[in-house]
Amino acid sequence: MTIIYIPRDTASISMGADDVAIAIAALGADLKEDITIIRNGTWGMTYLEPLVEVDTDQGRVAYGPVTVSDLPSLYEAGFLNGLDHKLCHGLTSEIDYLKNQDRLTFVRAGLIDPLSLSDYIKNDGYKGLENSLKLSKAQIVEEVTLSGLRGRGGAAFPTGIKWNTVRQTEAAQKYICCNADEGDSGTFSDRILMESDPLCLIEGMTIAGLAVGATKGYIYLRSEYPLCKEILTGAIKVARDNNYLGANICGSDKAFDIEIRMGAGSYVCGEETAMLESLEGKRGMVRAKPPLPAHVGLFGAPTVINNVLSLASVPIILAKGGDYYKNFGIGRSRGTIAFQLAGNIKRGGLVEKAFGISLKDLINDFGGGTYSDKAIKAVQVGGPLGAYLGQDNFGLPLDYEAFTEAGAVLGHGGIVVFDETANMRDQALFAFEFCAIESCGKCTPCRIGSIRGAELLKTGTNMQLLQDLCQLMDTSSLCAMGGMTPIPVRSAVKYWPEDFEKSSS
Amino acid sequence: MRDLDKAKTIIGDFKDVDGALLECLHAIQAYYGYVPKETVDLMADGFNLSRAEIHGVISYYHDFKTSPQGRIVIRVCQAESCQAMGSRQLSKHVQQKLGVEFGETTSDYSLEAVYCFGNCALSPNIEVNGKLHARVSLDKFDLILQEGVK
Ligand SMILES: Cc1cc2nc3c(=O)[nH]c(=O)nc-3n(C[C@H](O)[C@H](O)[C@H](O)COP(=O)(O)O)c2cc1C
Ligand code: SF4
Repeated sequence: MTIIYIPRDTASISMGADDVAIAIAALGADLKEDITIIRNGTWGMTYLEPLVEVDTDQGRVAYGPVTVSDLPSLYEAGFLNGLDHKLCHGLTSEIDYLKNQDRLTFVRAGLIDPLSLSDYIKNDGYKGLENSLKLSKAQIVEEVTLSGLRGRGGAAFPTGIKWNTVRQTEAAQKYICCNADEGDSGTFSDRILMESDPLCLIEGMTIAGLAVGATKGYIYLRSEYPLCKEILTGAIKVARDNNYLGANICGSDKAFDIEIRMGAGSYVCGEETAMLESLEGKRGMVRAKPPLPAHVGLFGAPTVINNVLSLASVPIILAKGGDYYKNFGIGRSRGTIAFQLAGNIKRGGLVEKAFGISLKDLINDFGGGTYSDKAIKAVQVGGPLGAYLGQDNFGLPLDYEAFTEAGAVLGHGGIVVFDETANMRDQALFAFEFCAIESCGKCTPCRIGSIRGAELLKTGTNMQLLQDLCQLMDTSSLCAMGGMTPIPVRSAVKYWPEDFEKSSS
Repeated sequence: MRDLDKAKTIIGDFKDVDGALLECLHAIQAYYGYVPKETVDLMADGFNLSRAEIHGVISYYHDFKTSPQGRIVIRVCQAESCQAMGSRQLSKHVQQKLGVEFGETTSDYSLEAVYCFGNCALSPNIEVNGKLHARVSLDKFDLILQEGVK
């Protein structure tokens, strides 16, 4: 029998993975080949999707990107025995793109069938929970604090400190809210984690529940991710059916359960307090802080709000110890971060690396330069509220502090590459337009400022006025939506002043 | 107006679930294709909220529609990663080809702007009736359209 892996992730399917799976099954039936197809998650080498793997005695051999029309020649070349073909990349585990990563959070992504509990457990899954069940709340929190883990959603706040605040706040009901709104353009690592290793997120949330004394968790999932919803729903059922969720987790008398809630196309609902409002069924209006959500959060109860990847990094921390995790990274940026190579890039995909690698190495060594083969003009790091950086900054180490110092943000690790045809005035204009569309409308600098900013860039060349507006939005917006929109604008003006010399319309 | 029995059932399912108004709206829209005006009163009753509050929620979120959509709903990503791969040009092409502007609905088409499908390693992306297509060149768009119209 030949086992063939064909990923079931949004990216692979968008490139025809479902059709390839159907065609391979038909081919097997026609030619009386004994084939078993496993729909695994993705390894994150998106540029090779659909990446079809054939199990051999040496290991899994990779072919990609495979289309239905490639199948006859693949069959002829003997791909069912792992033989060579122009689409063959050898053993999956030996592909440089993958081999040169530090896979901690994504150690199972691509490897396993996302809905197989036995695959999960066979590959170190639920070890963290098992250990946590033997620890006190304070001890779990201590391990997370020791690891140095900081929030992967953007603000990089230490996760251990956040958990400790919720742990120490007395209340009859507390909540764990997973922020799966992943709205930044250029980011898809939360999606890959949820589609490829959903039990890892479920385990992380369960450990968080144990650590702070919360019995209920919500995953706030963006509506643009329907496949995530399907796979997460399946994984929650698997976990419940096997007592990994529910009233009696692993026979411990401790309770925890998870509900998925869908967003509705609002970017600002990724901001944590807007997310709480949305989870409560309201308009996603940002709340003023204090009170912190850790004190007064969802439905007024103390609430841990963490990004998908912060929570999904917890199982390995509890399995291998905070010390193990802390040994990766540099300075105050400990562990690994999931970079996402996007935009005009040859080899786009997910790169999990210890903090400290330079932008240049990431874009050239992993990314292979631009897709269009033209020179790189700009790179936007950290989503729509992140700075545009040019060649001069490419030596910058990817580290929270180094980026802050350079007036940039690492955010959720999205890296969008633009080639020399980009016009930075258009990009600055878009930053304002996006802010105007997505502003929750609660405060004036953001609601009105974004519109004035767009007008300025469409019609005028008054750079002083533009700088004043940026200053105002930066210092007097209620949340980072209005407060950080000036970052991409100012960086575009600073590094590419020539693009602003005449008005665009 | 079509029958409201289904709406009543949906509202009954959600009205006592904590904070489930968005879930309810998603379910109503999934059934009717949009959120019919008549269901707003029913939701106000069921959730014990004012009609203004329900309307406020519907109008806040880009996903919720208050009128029927075209037979083919096309959503084109307008965010940075797709911009870097030519989505501005693609968007112009799509509007010309369909004769529809973003935000407009004809009996055949609804055309919408979306900010990111999370498929940014394979930009530019569009979605046609819920199916995501990646690396969409102008020619590829024309092909997808032909298949969609069949
Ligand atoms: C406009 C805006 C959008 C945001 N979107 C997200 C998002 O999509 N996902 C996310 O995890 N955090 C997002 N954040 C950050 C959250 O407010 C919050 O810091 C984070 O969810 C906390 O989790 P962490 O500590 O694990 O990172 C956003 C913030 C702002 C201001
Ligand atoms: S900055 Fe913008 S999004 Fe944030 S609270 Fe103010 S209006 Fe709302």
